[in-house]
Amino acid sequence: MSLRHILESGSNWALALILVGIPLYGWLKGVKVYEAFVEGAKEGFQVAVRIIPYLVAILATVGAFRAAGAMDALARILAPITSRLGLPPEVLPMAIVRPLSGGGALGILGSIFSTPGLGPDSYAGRLASVLQGSTETTFYVLSVYCGSVGIVRYRHALAAGLLADGAGLVASIVIARLVWG
Amino acid sequence: MNVVFVLLLVGALVAAAVRGDVKAVGTGALDGAGNAVTLALGLIGVMSLWLGLLKIAEKAGLVDKLARAARPIFRPLFRDVPDGHPAISAMLLNIAANMLGLGNAATPFGIKAMEELEKLNPNPGNATNAQALFVAINTASLQLVPTTVIALRAAAHSSDPAGILLPTLASTACALTVAIVSAKLLERVVR
Repeated sequence: MSLRHILESGSNWALALILVGIPLYGWLKGVKVYEAFVEGAKEGFQVAVRIIPYLVAILATVGAFRAAGAMDALARILAPITSRLGLPPEVLPMAIVRPLSGGGALGILGSIFSTPGLGPDSYAGRLASVLQGSTETTFYVLSVYCGSVGIVRYRHALAAGLLADGAGLVASIVIARLVWG
Repeated sequence: MNVVFVLLLVGALVAAAVRGDVKAVGTGALDGAGNAVTLALGLIGVMSLWLGLLKIAEKAGLVDKLARAARPIFRPLFRDVPDGHPAISAMLLNIAANMLGLGNAATPFGIKAMEELEKLNPNPGNATNAQALFVAINTASLQLVPTTVIALRAAAHSSDPAGILLPTLASTACALTVAIVSAKLLERVVR
């Protein structure tokens, strides 16, 4: 068994045990588990519908920005500066997309892996892997979490989230250079 | 957020005009809007499942137990949240699910946490310090094992798919530290 299999089956076991464990524990404690479940699950629909306007706002904007080619233009402008700082031009688009679109970033990661001359074991491939794993889709998280309770003024949450993304990017580059540079 | 919104839209128009493909702005926005609804509707099932389980846990007293166990960690970070408040256990569950890589459980717990924190909000519509910090923590990827990345690397025939594990953890730790510190510092200056 490789490390990967152990890690994956650990995750699967955790999920299965929680799914079965909570109702079982509740039942042993005398909770009417079926009724409680349905009562809680009712909220799921409202929450999902409540976040739609917030998601539309961010995903439509990001959709226009990407489709228009603004992301690529931005990457072209920044590439000469960032490649000197240890961020290869192939990974730069991913760094730009990451806070805006999780699927977009995964797509770029996949294309780095399948590009001849790069691949998962190249410096760019490893750096992109670390970057993907240590940052989040900040705008998605903000719109879902704040949208679910009707918050429109995020105050410093946006700045803190973007600073965290920036820190993740800088740390990924520094660490990748130390380990594989 | 207003600035970001306008910047992205104007940036899209300028880039499209330069490329001579203004149509892309419209189609991109419409696609995005459609995706948003698909995404939200796709959340209904998982959201209901986890909120149902959470209600069982609540009635079984599990949620209270978690809140008490998490007190020492959360108290210094979330001073405005009273001890034993249900928000504490929802935040703990969200962070635990994130760490385990159970992303679709993390979101319902996180939303539950936001709802509980909202009960302490004197200014609805504005994020409280606790909410901003909680969201900031969630924007740092907390996942201990980046399973998706490892699987993608393995699929691309990497000689060492899981070799990025420790570097990713180190990088995550940096991002998380910056998220917490900057949220804590900014809450003093941002009104």
